[in-house]
Amino acid sequence: MTVVGDQLQPTLFERSRPGRGGDKIPHPPKDALDRIPADARRVTPPALPELNEPEVVRHYVNLSQLNYAIDTGFYPLGSCTMKFNPKLNEWAARLPGFATLHPLAPDAIAQGTLQLLFELEEWLAEISGMRAVTLQPAAGAQGELTGILMIRAYHRSRGDTERDEVLVPDSSHGTNPATASMAGFRTITVPSAPDGGVDLDKFQAALGPRTAAVMITNPSTLGLFEERIGQLLELVHAAGALAYMDGANLNAILGRFKPGEAGFDVMHFNVHKTFSTPHGGGGPGAGPVGVGERLIPFLPTPRVLRSDDGSYRLETIDERPESIGRLRSFVGNTGVLVRAYAYLRAHGGTGLRQVSDDAVLAANYLRKRVGEAYDIPFDRPCKHEFVASAAGIKKRTGVRTLDIAKRLIDHGYHPPTIYFPLTVEEGMLIEPTETESIETLDAFADALIAIAHECETDPDLVKSAPHDAPVGRLDEATAARQPNLRWRPMAGAEMPCPD
Amino acid sequence: MPYGPHTAGDRERMLATLGIDSVDRLFDDIPEALRAGRLDLPGPEPELELAGRLQALAGRNRTDLASFLGAGVYRHWTPANVDQLLLRGEWYTAYTPYQPEISQGTLQSIYEYESLLAELVDLDVVSASHYDGAAATAEAGLMTCRATRRERVLVSKAIHPHYRQTLAAYFGGGLELEEIPLVADGDAAGTTDLAALERLLGDAGRPVAGVIAGQPNFFGLLEPMAEIGRLAHGAGALFVSVIEPVSLAVLAPPGAYGADIAAGEGQPLGISPQYGGPYLGILASTDALVRQIPGRLVGMTTDVKGRRAYVMTLRAREQDIRRDKAASNICTNQALLALAASIYLATIGPHGLRDVAAQGAARAARLAEALADAGAPRVHPGPYLNEFAVRVPDARGVHRRLLDRGVLAGLVLADIVPDEPSLADALLVCATEVTTDAEIAQFAAALKAELRESAGQVGAVAAGRAADAGPVEAAR
Amino acid sequence: MVPSDLRYTKDHEWVRVDGDEATVGITEYAAGQLGDIVFVELPEVGREVAQFAAFGVVESVKAVSDLFAPLSGSVAAANDALTGAPELVNGDPYGEGWMLKLTLSTPAEVDELLDATAYDALIAAG
Repeated sequence: MTVVGDQLQPTLFERSRPGRGGDKIPHPPKDALDRIPADARRVTPPALPELNEPEVVRHYVNLSQLNYAIDTGFYPLGSCTMKFNPKLNEWAARLPGFATLHPLAPDAIAQGTLQLLFELEEWLAEISGMRAVTLQPAAGAQGELTGILMIRAYHRSRGDTERDEVLVPDSSHGTNPATASMAGFRTITVPSAPDGGVDLDKFQAALGPRTAAVMITNPSTLGLFEERIGQLLELVHAAGALAYMDGANLNAILGRFKPGEAGFDVMHFNVHKTFSTPHGGGGPGAGPVGVGERLIPFLPTPRVLRSDDGSYRLETIDERPESIGRLRSFVGNTGVLVRAYAYLRAHGGTGLRQVSDDAVLAANYLRKRVGEAYDIPFDRPCKHEFVASAAGIKKRTGVRTLDIAKRLIDHGYHPPTIYFPLTVEEGMLIEPTETESIETLDAFADALIAIAHECETDPDLVKSAPHDAPVGRLDEATAARQPNLRWRPMAGAEMPCPD
Repeated sequence: MPYGPHTAGDRERMLATLGIDSVDRLFDDIPEALRAGRLDLPGPEPELELAGRLQALAGRNRTDLASFLGAGVYRHWTPANVDQLLLRGEWYTAYTPYQPEISQGTLQSIYEYESLLAELVDLDVVSASHYDGAAATAEAGLMTCRATRRERVLVSKAIHPHYRQTLAAYFGGGLELEEIPLVADGDAAGTTDLAALERLLGDAGRPVAGVIAGQPNFFGLLEPMAEIGRLAHGAGALFVSVIEPVSLAVLAPPGAYGADIAAGEGQPLGISPQYGGPYLGILASTDALVRQIPGRLVGMTTDVKGRRAYVMTLRAREQDIRRDKAASNICTNQALLALAASIYLATIGPHGLRDVAAQGAARAARLAEALADAGAPRVHPGPYLNEFAVRVPDARGVHRRLLDRGVLAGLVLADIVPDEPSLADALLVCATEVTTDAEIAQFAAALKAELRESAGQVGAVAAGRAADAGPVEAAR
Repeated sequence: MVPSDLRYTKDHEWVRVDGDEATVGITEYAAGQLGDIVFVELPEVGREVAQFAAFGVVESVKAVSDLFAPLSGSVAAANDALTGAPELVNGDPYGEGWMLKLTLSTPAEVDELLDATAYDALIAAG
């Protein structure tokens, strides 16, 4: 790590010196731009930094070392399924045949990728119990929008135009209500029952002729399986609404529960969670969507199809006139899907079921261990993640969950998701995943327990954590009140020299 | 299981701690009637065999052709350090920097991305990435509606058809989208029809929130952006410019001609085509719209010791806090691709980027000349940068047959803009700095031979076209 | 004890009534619960607001909350100082941190608001 004065790393702009870098590509002829009309040309060149390659490499290697990542340690970020990202998948996605293929390449020269996508669609349909799958959505949230727009189109196709409400439980991901709004619906939030599950009576009361859809995360964001899911789905369908499943927590139920078979009409997958594709510091992901029979006509276009002669092709735009259209350019985040394909092939059906079994076993084991020092609000087996609470600790010592999370950094761990779901006081959502060893789980539990003791013996130590991170806690209020969102060259700073 | 650590002993120890004899007990809460049977999937496959399978699949794609296909995704030289740096696990196996104290690498890289792109587009606020150019354009359209509290957006028909379709889907929740037609003929043919735009803006009962036009446009032509912006602002609408980032090294940036929002596809900045993604949705705006812009923003601040540090900011616009009132539902974005673009820009530098753009323009001029000589003149007379449409009789058939001559002859425009009769027999072709003289010569020679052969069998063309429209070739 | 000359809503807005004019803000308790306030979104002058309907939004670093009008009326002024200095709401919630001035349409609505004693009891109950 390079520490320079009062900052960890100078910016690219501060490292810049006019005249450095260059010679990556041949120089163009001097008259190359003469045919471009003067009023369309750029007058002042962009003030991009000038660096030589070694400087660029050090900048980004040193910056990377300020990050915590799965490859450096345990990352129990609940709801995000931070499992190991297999290296074979990175290799595969970079094979030139996959990586350099243009998205508008004619089907005849894209048969390898089309076959991969077709098979992946079939496997996702099998895993989810759905009838058909689109691979187009770029992320889970875009999958949600795809699903809700299809539900909207479905109701409209039946002349059912009065349905303008979407029901979500109060423990849902924020993307659910945000998606409903984007698709032109009003969100009705339904409180959960005391056991953490859906409150059937309250749901029934909220359901009606204006309900277009119900969005359910199962297992829920509390890591609990909805035991009343059967009755709930019956009620939804009896009201003429459709059921959307947020598949964020699919890692818990592979081979154990197929949402389509259980009666869900549509769901999305988060391949960067369940199927191990890297989170990339925030993205990319991919959010395929599976649907039951009723919604197939409305799937985005194009789908990948297999012709009678065994070749693969993309659907034409007018082949399914009721399609909601497209949510993005081209076919989808294919590079991400190649990785998911490799992951599924590496596991097969038995391996995937083992994934969920081990993820759930690890979560329950950790829940038991963490329960030695923290409140566990829902005392029943969890699925792949669980909520612990520091409400008791806060009451006794004044130390908050936020402080405990920051102190975990000093112990060498990425903190869990905190203050989500919003329904649990001082909550932390812990998801160990199936790729962490029992030694790691024990060491993490020991750290959390040690911190709980620190809260009693030396609360200030916890409240002022982290102490061993590259930086301390940040002034977020000033960052929001006077946003500094871009580097501005200081007066007199050296600008790029003219050509 | 290929990546799991647990031995049989480990599992037994965990089960014993839980006081149960089988992991099945942990799934007893799934109602019996709803429990799944087996998963009918192929595999599992050991890494050695799987690697062979993946290689074989990749080998079934043909990527050895001389390619002139662009249409929103472009081949460029990516300096070797870009991918080497991306392969560091500290970058790609981290997630959203929710814990800034241990995410300063990602946070500073995003701040630098915002800064680099702000320089390119000449606007102050750059969001930390969207899914792709189409989704970013759709978000830009929604932004204009939120900011003006109006519900009607005009989009030029010279915007990429996929972007227009994406806009239409995103507007499916009740907003209104109308297309501005193209100029049919004359010097401005193929660009946005200003007179039509003025008429559409003049409909007093239906005020317009935003006007969307592209530079260069989908047909590679340069648009009168300043004039479009002036008309939009005159009607109280915001102006959205859809940009291609490499071109901004040489073309006037959105900030210079009064655009309020810039959206576009960042793929040309060091990202490989990958049959559709992951790419990089660029979205930028003026300071005035900072609270309307969706997606993450990273700002510079200080830590408790007063040291410079970075943090996600203006979070309350986002879905996890504002829920149904959020600016967008976006959560996972394309951070790793924004990093790729930053490393690319840092490595290639301002002069390098100008060279890339200018070299593409030079190669394209040579291509235009060679194709005209071969019998395929440009469709539109107006100025272009590095992409243009050429008139080719029986374009679909010629395009298919050129594959056998080792040439990917751009895009058959009728396949992607089927409702524009003036483009019925046209190919959209591009050149970049990686296009070689040999490839241009190969394309021109193959095209000449193809046109000569089909001229010899004029009578067969009509019949041939019907056959060409079979399912595989007509797939787009 | 909260200021005794003000009236309050259950959503933690205060109002100071002076004839058919009224000044509106959020209480010290509300500002404390939100934490560092970073942004306040207020309506334009002239807009009509109805009692207990949302008129704006207040944001802190990690939370957001709707603002509800204690009384019906038209907006006579919005506190522009909060644009550049939203922290005034934390520092002086009953003074410089005011948000709206209303010209009241139905002054009698004030009877539906809490007085200081009732509001104190509300926040004491958590």
